[in-house]
Amino acid sequence: MATAHSRAAARVMISPAVILLLGWMIVPLSMTVYFSFLSYNLLMPGMEEFIGFGNYEFFLTDPAFMEALVNTLLLVGGVLVITIVGGVGLALLLDQPMWGQGIVRVLVIAPFFVMPTVSALVWKNMFMNPVNGLFAHMAKALGLPPFDFLAHAPLASIIVIVAWQWLPFATLILLTALQSLDKEQIEAAEMDGASAFDRFRFIVLPHMSRAITVVILIQTIFLLSVFAEILVTTNGGPGYASTNITYLVYAQSLLQFDVGGGSAGGIVAVILANIVAIFLMRMIGKNLEA
Amino acid sequence: MARRATGTRKLVVTALAWAVGLAIFFPILWTILTSFKTEAEAIASPPSLFAFRWTLENYVEVNSRSDYFLHFMNSVVISLGSTLLGLLIAIPAAWSMAFVPAKRTKDILMWMLSTKMLPPVGVLVPIYLMFRDFGLLDTRIGLIVVLTLINLPIIVWMLFTYFKEIPGEILEAARMDGASLWDEVVYVLTPMAVPGIASTLLLNIILAWNEAFWTLNLTAAKAAPLTAFIASYSSPEGLFYAKLSAASTLAIAPILILGWFSQKQLVRGLTFGAVK
Repeated sequence: MATAHSRAAARVMISPAVILLLGWMIVPLSMTVYFSFLSYNLLMPGMEEFIGFGNYEFFLTDPAFMEALVNTLLLVGGVLVITIVGGVGLALLLDQPMWGQGIVRVLVIAPFFVMPTVSALVWKNMFMNPVNGLFAHMAKALGLPPFDFLAHAPLASIIVIVAWQWLPFATLILLTALQSLDKEQIEAAEMDGASAFDRFRFIVLPHMSRAITVVILIQTIFLLSVFAEILVTTNGGPGYASTNITYLVYAQSLLQFDVGGGSAGGIVAVILANIVAIFLMRMIGKNLEA
Repeated sequence: MARRATGTRKLVVTALAWAVGLAIFFPILWTILTSFKTEAEAIASPPSLFAFRWTLENYVEVNSRSDYFLHFMNSVVISLGSTLLGLLIAIPAAWSMAFVPAKRTKDILMWMLSTKMLPPVGVLVPIYLMFRDFGLLDTRIGLIVVLTLINLPIIVWMLFTYFKEIPGEILEAARMDGASLWDEVVYVLTPMAVPGIASTLLLNIILAWNEAFWTLNLTAAKAAPLTAFIASYSSPEGLFYAKLSAASTLAIAPILILGWFSQKQLVRGLTFGAVK
């Protein structure tokens, strides 16, 4: 159906988007690569010089990097475990017949729409604060000493906050997948005497496996870049206890003005994200009929 | 069905689901309630859920003590501006890929998606320096440009999946009747595409409203949207719980309402068609 005329028109229509995204990707990214080979500090303008892989060596051997890398993995892993397990459970629950299903769904999904700075500050002050937080009130009522969550378990606290934000996303997608499951299959299995656990293990879970994979991959992309929640709760501290790679690069470049070191860190972050992205792209590509 | 939704079972499921739902929603509910308390009641121990003297003073205070309205308008202008600009660029692109697919269409789509996988921190330094040199730091226009670019892949993808569902035969029929490309777009395609465009608009306003990496790094005071403004409460001033709650409630209310309308689009927009 496509004529030469419409093909030419199509090319014109697509080019602004392609050119802009190409520019957005290539220009700053090549600048980052370039900076990463320079000794370049914003406080010492005019002193830039080429130092090869020096920044990478510095960044990768910095003890803060190892700590940040471990924190990044713990943060991503922790949030994934909570949201996947919780999401599967919630999806199974919400798929049952009940009264007020629509309202419950809205309640469960709501946290996803709260901006990251608000949810982080609300949790930090109104729940986790050791003096005036709700958890401190509850501990007092039970006769327990209050616990300073963000000082003594900063990373775990941030994991809880971020998991609360992403649980709705996992639930919503897993619920969508669950609703496309052929219910007759379940009934047949039930009549053949399969227990509830067997039905879940051999029918429901395999059916949801694709959606679970998608949730894992998409969340990982976003979770590698968690930033605002750390900035407003702990500033990465105490020490580096809650610094992830994203926050470390931010601190290096915009707080210590070390453009060279920050850029090397940025490239490391890009490589990490790419490892995940390759798998995700493959899954999406399979599903695309273009 | 052997396991009928008997009364008891439905009752148990309902009770459980409501309990879990309310627990998940509780932090939001608590914020809204606290915004109507006085500062003293907000930190009272034990705290009370409903039995307090309801007051609107926090909302008045938040607006008079800080430039709340300015930041609210920044959020509106930036999220709406970047979404509309994104649609302007993405609609022709998605249209041509959906209706005039070429050999490389799939590659282009996948490549566009890959730009979304780029962690922002990988380009933070050059973008920051460019913004500084071009005087774009702390400007609405600068943020509109960046947010348009980071959400453009999602906009193109969502529109593409919606446009794909419009049957191509309709276009051919229009063409047979002598419709020009322009007629085709304006009279045939647009009316059928409006629901998809509306959903895309909705989801992207939400994403842009809540974006909290670039807004925090590229704004200071003047152009700061609500994400960045609320972050200023992380200083000791944040200990004013009732005011923090009022500012937060105002910041999340519009998006909570929009969000309730766009649950379905959320799945579609954020999974790039991988889950249906």
